[in-house]
Amino acid sequence: MSATALGAPSRAAEVARSLGRRRRNVDRVARVLAVLATLVALAFLASILVTLFYLGVPGLSLHMFYTVTRSPGDHGGLANAIVGSVVQAGLATLIGTPIGLMVGTYLAEYAGRSMLGNAVRFVSDILLSAPSILIGLFIYQILVAPFGGFSGFAGALALAILVIPIVVRTTEDMLRLIPISLREASIALGAPRWKTIVFICYRAALDGLLTGVLLAVARVAGETAPLLFTSLGNSDFSGLGSAMSSLPVTIYQYAASAFDDWVQLAWTGALLITLGVLAINIVARVLIRKRS
Amino acid sequence: MEQATQRAITKSLAPSHAIDGPIKLAIRGLDFYYGTNKALKGISLDLPECRVTGMIGPSGCGKSTVLRVLNRMYDLYPGQRAAGEVMLDGENILDKSVDLNALRSRIGMVFQKPTPFPMTIYENIAFGVKLHERLSRAEMDSRVEWSLSRAALWAEVKDRLNTPAAGLSGGQQQRLCIARTIATRPEIILLDEPTSALDPISTLKIEELIDELKKDFTIAIVTHNMQQAARCADQVAFFYLGELVEVGQAGQIFTAPKERRTQDYVTGRFG
Repeated sequence: MSATALGAPSRAAEVARSLGRRRRNVDRVARVLAVLATLVALAFLASILVTLFYLGVPGLSLHMFYTVTRSPGDHGGLANAIVGSVVQAGLATLIGTPIGLMVGTYLAEYAGRSMLGNAVRFVSDILLSAPSILIGLFIYQILVAPFGGFSGFAGALALAILVIPIVVRTTEDMLRLIPISLREASIALGAPRWKTIVFICYRAALDGLLTGVLLAVARVAGETAPLLFTSLGNSDFSGLGSAMSSLPVTIYQYAASAFDDWVQLAWTGALLITLGVLAINIVARVLIRKRS
Repeated sequence: MEQATQRAITKSLAPSHAIDGPIKLAIRGLDFYYGTNKALKGISLDLPECRVTGMIGPSGCGKSTVLRVLNRMYDLYPGQRAAGEVMLDGENILDKSVDLNALRSRIGMVFQKPTPFPMTIYENIAFGVKLHERLSRAEMDSRVEWSLSRAALWAEVKDRLNTPAAGLSGGQQQRLCIARTIATRPEIILLDEPTSALDPISTLKIEELIDELKKDFTIAIVTHNMQQAARCADQVAFFYLGELVEVGQAGQIFTAPKERRTQDYVTGRFG
């Protein structure tokens, strides 16, 4: 009797030990697979960055920051492309941000789960994932073709349409994070709703709203397709009223060319965009971290 | 049947306040609905001027709902509605025509959790004042000092008025919220469990503050803490399942309640 009493727990312990071994083995296999998958993903990213630096850095010089694009062999730079990109992305942000901010505010503060709110949310999400070349074609149809000409303004407008849904989404998400108690506290002081939104909610969500705008800037700074039919490209500095150069379009034109110095400029331009977008993303991340 | 009629009569004749003196606000036959759910059933209660009315009762009994009716906070939420009368200086504040922002400047509210605005201590006070008055910089300075002093916070923050309010401790934040509320110089202050998120020392400070504030303001406080109601309130109203069961002087409610349900609650037999 005492033997069975002692034997039962030892059998249970044996089962537990073998179960534990199996779990440890499964855990080991899963961990190895996860690490392998991560390494594969990182390897692609690393090879892109290494190639970019390897081929891009040799072309870096002060010269290309103040020289415009020239004919092959004429020692040109990227100044007009850089300025064009900054101007178009900047104007797109200026146009798209207020619209996106207001739509996002409407969705978070007024629409709730109403039909219109859900419809706006749905359309905005569709726009967020729409192929950007469609946006370019759209602006071409309504602005470029009828008014006879490519322009930096048309390019900026196409990019603005890409900015809007990004800002809408982040604005709505950030405003929804603001606790209802903060709104009620403001209303309880006798603040009208709009003052509560502008002076309390925006202020509480400021970092988040700014992050959304920065992510939108980072996204449109690298867009090529919407600019192909709108601002086209230009071999010199130009105003918003005429065709305008930009880094992505210049890269697109130069990378596939037969001239070594153009190809070099394309790689260097790609490096510049990547570093710029990286910088914006880092700033956005720092802002997000500060928030949490 | 006869008993029920008898009870209904005594109930309707029961006084809706327990202490003498002028009445600041009178609630008459107040019903309240969350959608189709009736949360308040025929509440009649008076807030005597410059006195503290404590509201007690188990969770979900409707005491916080009463506060949210008094400053029309429920208006924010479609589907919530009130019926009956709440008379403030001869005007029914449940009327559609009432200017809600002006009403809320007359009836201030402090919430359960401290809710400092994401701005400096000074701006937290000035925000509410600027909604209703135009003051010069000097007038605003003195208003900020006055309200912070009344909220027993001035000594602790006078050297850091321009730092973010989020840097204050929980108890300080709650006193800031009280200061912010009295800065707009309301006539009535509603306190919705103002100390339930605070430690005992901060709680004591707020209770002393309530005693001080009732010299100038009419106060209604909802609390789960019966000792707090006994310490702070002049009259106490006991709510149960959306009904006002009994209202009496604080001493009477806790030592000699007239209603069985009140007695069961204050002696801890349910709730």
